[in-house]
Amino acid sequence: MELLGLYHYWVFAILLMTGFYAVVAKVNLIKKLIGLTLFQAAVFLLYISVGMVEGGDAPIFTADNADSLFSNPLPQVLILTAIVVGISTTALGLAIVVRINEVYGTIEEDEIQEIDRR
Amino acid sequence: MTVVFSMFLLTLLLITAIAVVHAGNLFVAVMLSGIFSLLLALNFFLLDAADVALTEAAVGAGISTVLFLGALSLTTDREKSPSPHRLLSLAIVAVTTLAVIMGTLDKPSFGDPEAPVQVHVAPWYLETTREAIQIPNVVTAVLSSFRGYDTLGEVFVVFTAGIGVLFLIGRHSGTKPQDIGPPHGEPSGLRHYLIPRLIGRMLVPFIMLFGLYVQFHGEYGPGGGFQAGAIIAASIILYALLEGEKRALQVLPRSVLVGMISGGALLYSAVGVAGMLMGGNFLDYSVLLDDPVKGQQIGIILIEAGVGITVTGVLLSIFHAFAARGRF
Repeated sequence: MELLGLYHYWVFAILLMTGFYAVVAKVNLIKKLIGLTLFQAAVFLLYISVGMVEGGDAPIFTADNADSLFSNPLPQVLILTAIVVGISTTALGLAIVVRINEVYGTIEEDEIQEIDRR
Repeated sequence: MTVVFSMFLLTLLLITAIAVVHAGNLFVAVMLSGIFSLLLALNFFLLDAADVALTEAAVGAGISTVLFLGALSLTTDREKSPSPHRLLSLAIVAVTTLAVIMGTLDKPSFGDPEAPVQVHVAPWYLETTREAIQIPNVVTAVLSSFRGYDTLGEVFVVFTAGIGVLFLIGRHSGTKPQDIGPPHGEPSGLRHYLIPRLIGRMLVPFIMLFGLYVQFHGEYGPGGGFQAGAIIAASIILYALLEGEKRALQVLPRSVLVGMISGGALLYSAVGVAGMLMGGNFLDYSVLLDDPVKGQQIGIILIEAGVGITVTGVLLSIFHAFAARGRF
């Protein structure tokens, strides 16, 4: 159990930094956005992992779980709305990338900066 | 057994994430990130978060993939330049990863019922939901009643993002949309592929029915406006992919979609204002009816409907905005 607990946090850390790597190292704007969604997903995973209670039920009351332990509903609420807000902001980012492509003819960051310097 | 399965899924998640970043072809990366979302949803399910799993599966694996593919069809699916400063970035990322892992060592162990986060606030919400709202799904109760302000804010974030996308790429420059599409009379979408079309057409009504179930059963089981909005939008996006975008716009024209975007947010705010007019606080549903518990329940159903309408409208408008720019 101890190991699984640490493993969840390590997966979070590595996922977070995989996303971060894509954001800082990749020059393609769409790849950067994909990296951002990975980064976001890592944060979601951390919140949900923290809210989980060992041996608990999903926080939905049924006829036969009146006395059982429940996982924490609050991080779930936060993340549920964050997912939908995340897709909306990603869509906004993609729209900006599409406009950039229409104006500059490329979505590679270095080429865009090259055109800007001219 | 669950432990082994959970570790297996987490490892698979990591491998997929690294493959997403490594893939040189953006199409491959987007497809892999759809798989990543599905795996993430499975992980959420194992972590007792049924509502979040449903949302992630509908939004991440479904709609996000379609939007990224739409953006790819309007730009390019090849990454041209290799990353400069690759080693430097890797070094920075490695150091930061170690720092984050070091930070996690101080955390309470995973699943500990005595962890500070579990003992202070959460029991209060569980108890009060049982007494004052009396709906089985605590997540829905917290989302729409206790944290109603916050959810209202998030609905307006979704609203703003939808309006932003429409401003950026909703209007056409130069050629009219009819000119870009396939020649007159030629079927668009996947209409000439028999099998996807037949199967897809059979699926559309059931997906929509499931969306409505998720919307109106959200108080009793996993579900609610956010998930339902994403699922209903996905069913109409599937219809658009099968039958062509024009047919989908005949079902739900742009003007209706814009009405849905603002109508849902307005419905949500109106419920809040109604509470004020009837002598309570903004977004206090217990004054809506004589019986405060029934008032809470009717308020939750109304604002969940508002959330569902706005989310459907925004996601579909974003899809149509991308689709009208090119042909996909």
